[in-house]
Amino acid sequence: MTIKTLGHLQDAVRAHSRLLPRGAGTKPALSTPPPGVTALDLTGLSGLVEYDPGEFTFTALAGTPVADVQALLAEHGQYLPFDPMLAERGATLGGTVASGLSGPGRYRYGGVRDFILGVRWVDGAGQVIHGGGKVVKNAAGFDFPKLMVGSLGRLGVLVEVTFKVFPRPQAYATLRREYPRLEQALEAVYTLYRSQLDLEALDLRPDARSAGLYVRLGGLAEALPARLDRLAALLGGGDILEGGDEAALWRDVRELAWAPQDAALVKVPLTPRRIAALDAALEAGGSRRRYSGGGQVVWIAWPGPVEALHQVLAAQGLSGLMVFGDPGERGPLLGAPRSDHAFARRVRAALDAAGRWGPG
Amino acid sequence: MSGHPFLVELARLFPPDRLLTAAAQLAPYESDALTAFHSRPRAVVLPETADEVIAAVRLCHQHQVPFVARGSGTSLSGGSLPVKDGLVIGLNRLNRILRLDPQERIAVVEPGVINLNVSKAAAPYGLYYAPDPSSQPICTIGGNVAFNSGGAHCLKYGMTSNHVLGLKAVLPDGEVVPLGGESQESVGPDWHGLFVGSEGLFGVALEITLRLLPKPERYRTVLAAYHSMEAAGEAVAAVVASGLLPGAMEIMDRLAIQAAEAAVHANYPPGAAALLIVELDGEAQAVEEEFKRLMTVIDGTGAYEVRVPTTEAERQTIWKGRKSAFSAVGRISPDYIVQDGVVPRSKLGRALAEIDALSARHGIRVANVFHAGDGNLHPLILYDGREPGALERAEALASEIMALCIRLGGSITGEHGVGMEKRQYMPQLFAEADMDAMWALRCAVDTLQIANRGKMFPGGDAPALTQRGPHPLEKAGVISRE
Repeated sequence: MTIKTLGHLQDAVRAHSRLLPRGAGTKPALSTPPPGVTALDLTGLSGLVEYDPGEFTFTALAGTPVADVQALLAEHGQYLPFDPMLAERGATLGGTVASGLSGPGRYRYGGVRDFILGVRWVDGAGQVIHGGGKVVKNAAGFDFPKLMVGSLGRLGVLVEVTFKVFPRPQAYATLRREYPRLEQALEAVYTLYRSQLDLEALDLRPDARSAGLYVRLGGLAEALPARLDRLAALLGGGDILEGGDEAALWRDVRELAWAPQDAALVKVPLTPRRIAALDAALEAGGSRRRYSGGGQVVWIAWPGPVEALHQVLAAQGLSGLMVFGDPGERGPLLGAPRSDHAFARRVRAALDAAGRWGPG
Repeated sequence: MSGHPFLVELARLFPPDRLLTAAAQLAPYESDALTAFHSRPRAVVLPETADEVIAAVRLCHQHQVPFVARGSGTSLSGGSLPVKDGLVIGLNRLNRILRLDPQERIAVVEPGVINLNVSKAAAPYGLYYAPDPSSQPICTIGGNVAFNSGGAHCLKYGMTSNHVLGLKAVLPDGEVVPLGGESQESVGPDWHGLFVGSEGLFGVALEITLRLLPKPERYRTVLAAYHSMEAAGEAVAAVVASGLLPGAMEIMDRLAIQAAEAAVHANYPPGAAALLIVELDGEAQAVEEEFKRLMTVIDGTGAYEVRVPTTEAERQTIWKGRKSAFSAVGRISPDYIVQDGVVPRSKLGRALAEIDALSARHGIRVANVFHAGDGNLHPLILYDGREPGALERAEALASEIMALCIRLGGSITGEHGVGMEKRQYMPQLFAEADMDAMWALRCAVDTLQIANRGKMFPGGDAPALTQRGPHPLEKAGVISRE
């Protein structure tokens, strides 16, 4: 059902026993309601509430397309540094928070969780609750805004969000270096980890024959040539990309444009140390994949039955979140279970006594 | 009292030297850095292992005895103030860095580890732990986690919660849960994000996984002196509008400058109504270009004197004055209250003008030091505790400043937390439904409400408010309030 107003949303929540909030539906594995669950379309709750560039913050309704906000921020030389995913496909702010997805730019200053400041949501009793605030620094009350990141609409319906923003780098450039083997590319990742270079993004794209490393720099244009020289010297060479090609490269990562249409797309958080073992299994499974955020997450395009990937992840103690594809009866969470602990159960019980939002 | 079954069982868990029950032993634990409040616990235990903490919590739950976990007791909001006749769990002996992994840039620490010791341990690898509350030589990571501590670099680097990747915690009924992990990314709700800043109401963190960052390669700092606070405020706006992202932007007013000069002879430009410190940090070549731009901006802000330190020693002198400003206020006033409020940055000028007016109306001096980059004000309300009623008058002024921050769309705390000190302002900042949701959460996690009872939520028995002067360590200049 399509939500037009906040009051309408509150009524809808009270009238249905099982609900799934959704925005633009850019992440079908998360926004397709299972049988017996009513989907709430929140794209009607859209629009900017507050934006003063001098504050480095904005507040907008949750159904607002991320791209609309980005366009406005860009007019004032600002941006969301966590590089929101799927914005060009129409992703909303609420869906971005609820899915907890951050793009390659999360490497520099952090992900969605590090930029959300405030949240308003409708709880399982139909009440509007507010947490956090509208200023960049705040330590009052429980951190509900962070809790909502990755909550998948299972702790309530987001209606309004406040974010911190930063000044956008004036210019970007990327160094691309191909390595014959993944281990060498990983060694380069560690070299960069040890360096004092300020990188905007650090991605790794392995395949059967080689591994590509993508290192993005951003900042004042005057400083970029010298910084690129230093980076290339550190890595022993590489190709420099600038301008439209460079922008398109990172756009493809954010939009998951590289993933084949018919494959399931799964996000798996990890650390660089886990990459080598996992990658062998992913290669064996015939998947395309991209390690992003300096090896803190891998995006996997899995071609076969998802059950096999679930087994791979569970065996390695990793958890995954399906973004594209049919999650089936298992649901979108794959691999090792994450949230089955007393803290999670008690928080869910407090925020959703009626059990409207489905299992964790 | 010693025959009480709770104490008898505590004595089975802890040897006599780590179970304090005598009045003289309890006295140091009656208060924290918010020295106006004090309250005597029934006992203090000093666990040396996580298992001992868990056992103590379970015993409290079994006997329905409230407990407060405490690190170094530097809370400025009364966050570690004991519950009368409750248990204090002193965590300073859980001070081991369990694992430092420079390759993955993480550290796993116990809650009693001192903030600065994480950076010291990481330093040989070129890494550091970014959150830097000014009590960092003594405050503990457990306390930082409970109160989501800040520091001077929050705009660019965030607060404690932005640097905690995961933690293991014991809930108030003794159940132990793992939250988060080692990756900066996660799947599912951000449980550790909710735990950080919960002021001890959800239990005790036993192991905390921290993110480490490479130390900035280059710092460039500028000190600018202005004849008016408005001009300094406009300079901050100009820096923000320029597209630069400084690591720190700090302002001191006339009274704070006087105090700093009296204490550490920072040799600041004479006659300033306001001093602005702006610091850029990061990769050398990037910072050098950014600094050129910063200087162009500062040149257009009407500063009557601009200083650029050319050596690390000169830079440290500038910061020493700023960092000492709070304890230095002790040189110009017998007593003072440190406030911590946030306003939208564009309303800084208005907030300061109104604080000036309040100061004049109450006849009480207020010195101002603040993190200008994130609108975090720290008004220092000066008074003489020997005058009858002076503390109450200072508290009344503090309360009006809080109301001002709320009215301007800010917050009642940027980094000190709500604790005991600010719980009565929570219903002004949050609506009834918001408070109800937080209370429901509190009760669901802690059905008996024994974990840090009496903090964050208004109501309950207020402990005595007394005149006690600054924290002994603060007097000694070891810690300062930011």
